[in-house]
Amino acid sequence: MHGDHVDALVATAPDGIAFDDLRVDREGDRYAFETPEETHGALSEGDLRDVAADSAYVSNWYFWHAVAPQKADRWAFLRWLEDADETALESRLDDLGDGVVSEWGQLRVTATVDDEGERRYHVRHADDARADAAALTAHEDPRAARDLAKHDRRGRYRPLKSAPTLRTGWRFADLAAADLVETVETFYPASVANWHREREGDLDITHWHETVERQTGIYGVVKTWDRGEGYEHVNWVAEACCDDSQCLKRREWHYDGETDLDVDGGDGRFPCREPCSVVIAAARQWTKLESEDTRTYEFELTPSEKEQVEGIIEAVADGRAGDIREADVYEDANRYRARFLRAKQFDEDGNLGGVPTDRDDGE
Amino acid sequence: MTPALVIAAHGSHLNAESSTPTYTHADTIRATGAFEEVRESFWKEEPSFREALRTVDADEVYLVPLFVSEGYFTEQVIPREFRLEGWDPDLWRSDGTSATHATLTAEDTGQTVHYCGPAGTHDAMSDVIVQRAESVTGDPDVGEGFGLAVVGHGTERNENSAKAIEYHAGRIRDRGRFDEVQALFMDEDPEVDDVTEYFESDDIVVVPLFIADGFHTQEDIPEDMGLTDDYRLGYDVPTDVDGHAIWYAGAVGTEPLMADVVLERAADAGADVDAAIEQVRERTSGANPTAGD
Repeated sequence: MHGDHVDALVATAPDGIAFDDLRVDREGDRYAFETPEETHGALSEGDLRDVAADSAYVSNWYFWHAVAPQKADRWAFLRWLEDADETALESRLDDLGDGVVSEWGQLRVTATVDDEGERRYHVRHADDARADAAALTAHEDPRAARDLAKHDRRGRYRPLKSAPTLRTGWRFADLAAADLVETVETFYPASVANWHREREGDLDITHWHETVERQTGIYGVVKTWDRGEGYEHVNWVAEACCDDSQCLKRREWHYDGETDLDVDGGDGRFPCREPCSVVIAAARQWTKLESEDTRTYEFELTPSEKEQVEGIIEAVADGRAGDIREADVYEDANRYRARFLRAKQFDEDGNLGGVPTDRDDGE
Repeated sequence: MTPALVIAAHGSHLNAESSTPTYTHADTIRATGAFEEVRESFWKEEPSFREALRTVDADEVYLVPLFVSEGYFTEQVIPREFRLEGWDPDLWRSDGTSATHATLTAEDTGQTVHYCGPAGTHDAMSDVIVQRAESVTGDPDVGEGFGLAVVGHGTERNENSAKAIEYHAGRIRDRGRFDEVQALFMDEDPEVDDVTEYFESDDIVVVPLFIADGFHTQEDIPEDMGLTDDYRLGYDVPTDVDGHAIWYAGAVGTEPLMADVVLERAADAGADVDAAIEQVRERTSGANPTAGD
């Protein structure tokens, strides 16, 4: 037990303490001290020091008031990690002894406690849950998360931090509370702040229509796609971008305050409070493409070729195209199959079925 | 509670290295301990401009745009996305290169925000350009016998963009260190394509006033100047073009001394960072440019 804990308790005792099953009350120039395990009254300051000296309840109080970050959202997040709202301290300390595990996006966070009541945290990829620690590259500095989050396992840049493509093979061990939150926030920026606002009933959601309305410059064009003609186009956007397979945030924004989208927002732990810059950039491109009128083309495909076109779109949309084995000619999106279709169906200018596109939109 | 520093930069959906100088300069400033919190924020990456302030503890924030010029981003996008209540470009009382700061409140978080002018138009930026010339030539006394070209994008959308280039070119010219100093542009006259026509000096240092290396500084400008036919093949520093040695410096924003400009911006807005400025100047003079692609 640190003398610091007792000194802090004695300094605070005159104001009274009621926290996590610890009560300290002032009674004249004496103190009352109460935990589920012991009750004392009429203590002098010296008695209070003696009683407090070996109390896990005091160490716990000290951690939460002098060690853990005091900003409400970070504090609440750390409390959530050990289920502090639901579990009494005594059994929490038992659980923390074994390590309490939570998932946050693709992170697996394990909270533990040392003999002084101080929490220590361990972070690794959820898919590395069973990996031998020695097989994972160890990091200590929360800023190492910047590099880990930058590229996926194939080395491709991840512009969206909440994409479910975080690479595996690393761990952060023995982080102090403030470093833990910084690590989590580096992997998933603002996720703790927005999760907390949501829990407090205070999440400021900006819906699609409002977000589009404030766009200017090259993004201002998206407004032309949004002229009160229903919201089917926004359903398509959400289905394309905001699915759990593409982003681990739970989409809380809809078309506007009155009009919900028909597409599910996903099961993510932390919320998405407005269309992000990737969505707006994609919507700008779709706005341009969707301004074209449809036209009728006529060309012939075998039923299998039509299904192959559908299969290729599915594979690309689901990100499976790169995983199809080279000789797996049973897959529609196999490269040899696609090359055969191109050899047979494209003319020398790359027109499907030899039918010219005949663009008349100036492009 | 001590105030925080928030840096606002562009970032990219496509280029992983676009944000690197921002992180590097932020780390340099963190190491001084001048601010308890230093937060990077981006238009195209996370944390986004919209959500950066809520990740900061402090009630008071110095917000410095890591942008080259006053204009669309500093006057419209950043104040709008950070929800700075009552913002009006007139609050800066700027002629296009003279913005210092304005103090406002963020609507969603209630924080007091000292919204600073962009890094690129600060007077200290002239020093970074000169430092860049020193870095690329490896000569701390570079100047005599050398011409210096400060290169900007041009005025396609924003006339202040050219003003910033001309402003620094003029300031450096007035110091008399280089034999010649010219402001050149990608998209307007005088064009960087014809760089050798604007100089009599045999040696010309070319410094693009861009924050991060990317498409323009790594592909367009080297090819336009004739350093290489294909940027992927690379080029020498210096490269001989029409009998002139061109010392191409890449984006000035990757120069470590850039961290000083960010601090100077905050200092001008009232932040108590004099010691940190001294520390950063000492640490970054003559340092190698930060990694960027």
